[in-house]
Amino acid sequence: MSAAKHIGCSAVKVSLLAACIATLFVSFVGADPIATLRGSEIGISMPAPPMANQSDETLKRVRSYPEQPPTIPHKITGYQIDRNANQCLSCHSRIAVAQSQAPMVSVTHFMDRDGQVLGSVTPRRYFCTQCHVPQLKVKPLVENTFVDVDTVIGKDK
Amino acid sequence: MSKFERIKRFWSVLNSPTRHFSLAFLTFGGFIAGVIFWGGFNTALELTNTETFCISCHEMNDNVYQELKATVHYTNRSGVRATCPDCHVPHDWTNKIARKMAASKEVWGTVFGTINTREKFQDKRLELASHEWSRFKANDSLECRNCHEYDYMDITVQSPRASDQHQRLLASGEKTCIDCHKGIAHELPNMAGVEGWK
Repeated sequence: MSAAKHIGCSAVKVSLLAACIATLFVSFVGADPIATLRGSEIGISMPAPPMANQSDETLKRVRSYPEQPPTIPHKITGYQIDRNANQCLSCHSRIAVAQSQAPMVSVTHFMDRDGQVLGSVTPRRYFCTQCHVPQLKVKPLVENTFVDVDTVIGKDK
Repeated sequence: MSKFERIKRFWSVLNSPTRHFSLAFLTFGGFIAGVIFWGGFNTALELTNTETFCISCHEMNDNVYQELKATVHYTNRSGVRATCPDCHVPHDWTNKIARKMAASKEVWGTVFGTINTREKFQDKRLELASHEWSRFKANDSLECRNCHEYDYMDITVQSPRASDQHQRLLASGEKTCIDCHKGIAHELPNMAGVEGWK
């Protein structure tokens, strides 16, 4: 019994060692695509890539899944969101939408953590950019293999 | 000549100069003096109408000027920028003088240290901002319109939401620039209770 266990342990050790050697070999040769992202040796500073502009199309985007916080379809450069003022809410609040014609913040934002709907946006939902973010037109650094739920359940076939 | 007699003579010249000087001299001299006075007055006035003058007080330099530096009215892609008086002092003469007289309160403020710390400034921020908002509201955002006039806006190159709101609310005169564009050059004060906020 104990001999069998011992043999099992050494087999695990051998395979771990092999994996380590393989990893080392791969990183030295540079076959790992992630290693090329930086573009230089560690310790050498590369010039920062140019900053992309926030897109400002105003048209709503498809959500990748139903619970996804919708992305912001317009620029929010310089918007103030602090305890003094929330510039997002100056258009998206319940009162403001008649004038701004912007979508109102959803009712989930009025709920406290017990599901009680309050009269205004709750403090835990106050900082919009924690979930909602503007988008930039940039080339993704790594390939995205995300598959839409409709594709998964074969609905769009 | 005693001191008293000298004063007496000076007063008689001042009292009836035509007895001592020719009319041509007085007219011409008066004209020259007028030019110097008026030129000097306007030069001094314009000197107080520069950003350098505004931020020579630490209250302006440490608070509002630092906030402006991060905004589009200070730095942007084309390098056209607004300085303090572009927005805070009316450009036409009468209103400019009126604003300058009102600004004597600011001299009082800096002498007595009304906002000489960041905390005092933050506490007074809503009041100070409200003055500017009501001034913009009253003159239909005149200082905005010195550069941003609706008649010359090409709404087709604006983003759809901007184009829509400008046509619907600005063109009809229902709203003026400051109604929506608060806090574009400086941080906002606590907006609780301000119309259209929260």
